[in-house]
Amino acid sequence: MNPPLLDVQDLSVEFDTRRGVAHVLQSISFSLGRGDTLGVVGESGCGKSMTALAVMRLIPNPPGRITAGSVRFEGRDLMGLSDPEMRAVRGNRVSMIFQEPMTSLNPVFTVGEQIAEAVRLHRGLDRRAAHERAVQMLESVGIPAARRRVDEYPHQFSGGMRQRVMIAMALACDPAVLIADEPTTALDVTVQAQIFDLIADLRERTGTAVILITHDMGAIAEMTDRVAVMYAGRIVEEGTVAEVLQRPLHPYTQGLIACAPGRRTARSGEVLEEIPGTVPSLLERQAGCGFADRCRHVMPRCRIALPAESVFDDGRRRVTCWLHAPQEAAA
Amino acid sequence: MTAPLLEVRDLAVHFPVGAGLLGRARAWVRAVDGISFEVPRGRTFGIVGESGSGKSTTALAVMRLVRHTGGAIRLDGQDIGDAEGETLRRARRRFQMVFQDPYASLNPRKRAGDAVREALDLMASGSPAERPARVAELFAQVGLRPEQQMLFPHQFSGGQRQRIVLARALAANPDLVVCDEPVSALDVAIQAQILNLMRRLQDTLGLTYLFISHDLGVIRHMCDDVAVMYLGLIVEQAPRESLFATPLHPYTLALWSAAPSFDPNARTRGRRVRLQGDPPSPIDIPPGCRFAGRCPYAEDRCRSEPPALREVRPGHRVACHRVSDAGEPLYPAPAVAGAG
Repeated sequence: MNPPLLDVQDLSVEFDTRRGVAHVLQSISFSLGRGDTLGVVGESGCGKSMTALAVMRLIPNPPGRITAGSVRFEGRDLMGLSDPEMRAVRGNRVSMIFQEPMTSLNPVFTVGEQIAEAVRLHRGLDRRAAHERAVQMLESVGIPAARRRVDEYPHQFSGGMRQRVMIAMALACDPAVLIADEPTTALDVTVQAQIFDLIADLRERTGTAVILITHDMGAIAEMTDRVAVMYAGRIVEEGTVAEVLQRPLHPYTQGLIACAPGRRTARSGEVLEEIPGTVPSLLERQAGCGFADRCRHVMPRCRIALPAESVFDDGRRRVTCWLHAPQEAAA
Repeated sequence: MTAPLLEVRDLAVHFPVGAGLLGRARAWVRAVDGISFEVPRGRTFGIVGESGSGKSTTALAVMRLVRHTGGAIRLDGQDIGDAEGETLRRARRRFQMVFQDPYASLNPRKRAGDAVREALDLMASGSPAERPARVAELFAQVGLRPEQQMLFPHQFSGGQRQRIVLARALAANPDLVVCDEPVSALDVAIQAQILNLMRRLQDTLGLTYLFISHDLGVIRHMCDDVAVMYLGLIVEQAPRESLFATPLHPYTLALWSAAPSFDPNARTRGRRVRLQGDPPSPIDIPPGCRFAGRCPYAEDRCRSEPPALREVRPGHRVACHRVSDAGEPLYPAPAVAGAG
């Protein structure tokens, strides 16, 4: 395994709300090597996007704050950087693309100006060289007639094309890590396939590590080597995609896989497996497992305390669940 | 075979564009451009397609919420396409709709019970004295607790709101429920709850669904028959199993192969039917097959002559020049068939 490029340890985030403190991330740990692909999957409100924002130090403060943990990138702890130092990392060495490309592009600047801004800022290119870089980036993400389209405005692009522009912008400075937060959720399935191909091609060409945040297990299976399953602000299970999909250990992961309709393996017409109930409120810090109220295997001790994380397969697989707590695993 | 509950013939919905206050329309958006299908009672008919395919416009036209510009819509033999005024209002109790966004389709100031009760009042369903019991019954049917009638929409989760919307749609005892992306706004775990509920309701109440979705998994799970729409037309239509096992139209193949598989060993990348570019504008429709510009198998004929939708196998219809009358593809068979 590659030495970690990005190493997140015990990251915790809280938000002040009118009804109390919400514990949106609780002790998140994961690491990513050069060229790795990690999927982060879970329902809305599980902390997937918050993880990305916390790594980028984009948690709005107030009301949010990072209360504990470290994010080491290329050996440096990002939490200790000054704001100007952080700005030099963000959009340069670590970049992010968001779900809705229309709201992340500025409507009053041409796409070329917006891509050029990143390279002028981070790479110190002059106006002409930056413009040239923008054309080159648009070509590399498969936008036809890039030299003409570089001077067009975001509204002149379709949804899929806008997401390509976002990717071009994110990759303009050759980042080491690309965080893609639901990059295809607003797009049609054939366009989603194009964007996935593009991200995979670029990754192979440039060696950029990718964190893909999604609610779609299918996208994870298609795109990433490893997957972290989040629930109620914690990573409940992590492993290689093949192992997690074929042999999910945490009941939440099992439910997420089983409840997806219309997979080839599921016989049509049968009743879908349900995960009853909804994601719990993060306002009260629960003593036990956050999934206990929805879990079919719930035991009394699940509501009392969370077990220690069980680690299998030389650290490639981990799960936090009493069903797999260390003593059971040994048995 | 008994007469279908819903019969749609040559339905067209064209919207004028560029029409000023007094000006004439400069052009027409041909959102739905002549489609026909039938839905037998108690069955689920799915329409799948991407944005701009005309699937939602079809749903709205069937609901008489946009005016169709051509064709006929019949429900249980009654012409609802051209019904007006009181006739239409009376007919409406027989067809109801569930929209995608349960946040937008409930009045935030109205208690959940009142939202359902209002539907009963408007339809003058039963005597006013009987209505509270009917509201309670509807709440139970969709899996909500009686005391939740007193809550406001913001006090419910997305899935629960969709349950309220379903209860409201069922208030009138409809025959047909038109569902436009009913679970697209919901998390996958909640989707399963709502899809299972819709199935149960169909079984107990004998409902017929016209089910619109872009999600192949949802369509495959829910529908008996499926039509694939592209740029205002049905390009392929078949019973579910036939369509998913042996898709024939190159667009259907592309759609199926674009859907991510759950098996990481069966990644579709590199083996899928790759489409170039975006669909053409529905204002400026190309002369031949509407898909020809993006189709990897198009020939000269495809660009000049529109293919007719024809039956090539029992119940399986396709509009493509490159599929033989015996239902054999005349293009090189792609490596990927069937959605994951």
